[in-house]
Amino acid sequence: MEQAPLDPERQLQPAPLEPLGRTVSGLEAAVGEEAEGARHAGSGVDTMTENNFWLKKIEISVSEAEKRTGRNTMNMQETYTAYLIETRSVEHTDGQSVLTDSLWRRYSEFELLRNYLLVYYPHIVVPPLPEKRAEFVWHKLSADNMDPDFVERRRIGLENFLLRIASHPILCRDKIFYLFLTQEGNWKETVNETTFQLKADSRLKALNATFRVKNPDKRFTELKHYSDELQSVISHLLRVRARVADRLYGVYKVHGNYGRVFSEWSAIEKEMGDGLQSAGHHMDVYASSIDDILEDEEHYADQLKEYLFYAEALRAVCRKHELMQYDLEMAAQDLASKKQQCEELATGTVRTFSLKGMTTKLFGQETPEQREARIKVLEEQINEGEQQLKSKNLEGREFVKNAWADIERFKEQKNRDLKEALISYAVMQISMCKKGIQVWTNAKECFSKM
Amino acid sequence: MDMNSFSPMMPTSPLSMINQIKFEDDPDLKDLFITVDEPESHVTTIETFITYRIITKTSRGEFDSSEFEVRRRYQDFLWLKGKLEEAHPTLIIPPLPEKFIVKGMVERFNDDFIETRRKALHKFLNRIADHPTLTFNEDFKVFLTAQAWELSSHKKQGPGLLSRMGQTVRAVASSMRGVKNRPEEFMEMNNFIEIFSQKINLIDKISQRIYKEEREYLDEMKEYGPIYILWSASEEDLVDTLKDVASCIDKCCKATEKRISGLSEALLPVVHEYVLYSEMLMGVMKRRDQIQAELDSKVEALTYKKADTDLLTEEIGKLEDKVECANNALKADWERWKQNMQNDIKSAFTDMAEENIHYYEQCLATWESLLMSQTDLHLEEASEEKP
Repeated sequence: MEQAPLDPERQLQPAPLEPLGRTVSGLEAAVGEEAEGARHAGSGVDTMTENNFWLKKIEISVSEAEKRTGRNTMNMQETYTAYLIETRSVEHTDGQSVLTDSLWRRYSEFELLRNYLLVYYPHIVVPPLPEKRAEFVWHKLSADNMDPDFVERRRIGLENFLLRIASHPILCRDKIFYLFLTQEGNWKETVNETTFQLKADSRLKALNATFRVKNPDKRFTELKHYSDELQSVISHLLRVRARVADRLYGVYKVHGNYGRVFSEWSAIEKEMGDGLQSAGHHMDVYASSIDDILEDEEHYADQLKEYLFYAEALRAVCRKHELMQYDLEMAAQDLASKKQQCEELATGTVRTFSLKGMTTKLFGQETPEQREARIKVLEEQINEGEQQLKSKNLEGREFVKNAWADIERFKEQKNRDLKEALISYAVMQISMCKKGIQVWTNAKECFSKM
Repeated sequence: MDMNSFSPMMPTSPLSMINQIKFEDDPDLKDLFITVDEPESHVTTIETFITYRIITKTSRGEFDSSEFEVRRRYQDFLWLKGKLEEAHPTLIIPPLPEKFIVKGMVERFNDDFIETRRKALHKFLNRIADHPTLTFNEDFKVFLTAQAWELSSHKKQGPGLLSRMGQTVRAVASSMRGVKNRPEEFMEMNNFIEIFSQKINLIDKISQRIYKEEREYLDEMKEYGPIYILWSASEEDLVDTLKDVASCIDKCCKATEKRISGLSEALLPVVHEYVLYSEMLMGVMKRRDQIQAELDSKVEALTYKKADTDLLTEEIGKLEDKVECANNALKADWERWKQNMQNDIKSAFTDMAEENIHYYEQCLATWESLLMSQTDLHLEEASEEKP
């Protein structure tokens, strides 16, 4: 049973006094009302759960993976892997940890959690899940989801995912997340009760907005560009790295063949025999050393993969901004045209084309009473529109402010993590070289004794 | 004793041969230096072929001059080898590189092939020069010194092609009998040769495969480094680290190139030569067996009184001498060959191990310096933060 090393940065921070983005959008407020006792809408320091859960330091670990069979929604037999999530709270005084919760979850539940977070925190760069299917595999690595190495790497990835959320100043306070860790049964129903799926923006709407938005914030355009580049370069890197790993594996393993042949040859040699035999042994050691080396490198690849998937999370925030901005632009446009219409009716001039204008031309003028009525309606609509535009503007600015704050936080995290990953890669290479020197020095000694 | 040519009629005791071995293998007393270089292509209407320049420097009296320069083609080497085998059927004649390599050859005369062949031909002639008996062979001398036309006319002398073919047929027929009566020590030798041949062939294949895998690894690595540079273009804060990683990978590529060329220069030719040697050894065993078979058939004939007994007895006497000479020659040469083999294999593999150690040391140094520069940077940043 493995645990992630105690990383102070990964443990839960006590809740900040002025939590960011608690009142970002009306959406959140609405949800707060609907979900029964699930979340508090409104601002203020919150301990949204019954006790000061988050004020204690906690440790989260995905400690085990187990193969299970069960029946799916279509009542067919299926095999899946379940992961054990253990939560411990650490007492301040003596640093001892006490197991507070432990439950089993499968990958699809993690997905559900993430989808929920994406909908309710569109201004946050939501941490990504480890890959669903094995990609960037090289020859020895299995693409099978049930393969124990894959399951093990996924277990680590899922733990990482939970730790990322738990260390995020805003996401860590989410009730659904808390329940994910603590409420085994009924959690899925609770999530679905929030009806978050209904509130998700349709992909079509988002796509439309991306194409038609006129004045998105320049920083988001740049960010989108950056995330595309990041995704492309990391994919390329991972692909070539996998090929390099494959080749390296070949080089090491072929040397293993020397071991067998040397040993057989040593049988007919009187003076050379011992040297050959022992050199052969070192060739075997060399050949088998590659397995551990490449396993370590997979860990490096996983660290890069996380940021590959983060690129998509960045794009999601950009899309939300584009959507809001487009919405704003449409509302402003609509308002402008209504004002225009109103003006035209009031002054009697027709400057813009309107159906009403055409019909009046064709079928004769309307009565002054009719005109008055229409002006009144329009004026009401304009009023409403102006209010809406004001609040949309405010929302938009809040979104940009909060999103940008999280993006800055993300940037710092990314720079730290990637730098650490690159350095650990160097450390791996150093270890590989040292092993190589050791083995070949031993082999050389055997050869020179032949 | 006439040292200029060795004939089966002239018995040479193993003891005198051993004395010769000591004399000939001492580098200070070496008096025949041969180099093979400058391959040149010749085009005629019928064919295209390559000749190699052979320079011989010697202080030996029997040579008319102290320096010779001639051009020879592969066919000429084949002729020389044939003559040596004829004159010394149970000596271990050095092997020639293959006539052609079918697998993976695009054109017969690509540069790598020519260079590999040149080196092997150089080895071939030097091995003959270092051999205590073969070095004094007359055909060898002609090969090194005669001009083209002189060589052609010299080649025309000696037993014709047909008679040589006749010999081969008889050889196959009688070699089977020779195997049955093979003395114990030659049984052991044959056993060694069979197993050695198997193993050295495997080692040759393994070594070639390693070369191939390392080449492919290098190709992938060359593509790998530049991606980090590409990445650094979009990351302001990671530029240095990414560029450093790319440069480390690049340095490792260079180290890999050196490792690969070390393999192809030191290990592969040596192992391959011994593959050819193992074939050569099997031929030598066959020839020894054949000589013995000749004797045995005559002895059999005597037992069954098939022909004139006096004549037979005289022939048997001569053949017994012949067999004894052949066996002694082989025994002595075998010991010499084994010693050489041991030294060659030992140094080839020791060199390979050395190359690999050097490779890993270079890579280690480059990654360690990256680590140091990163931690230095880190310490710098940390100290900057403290006002």
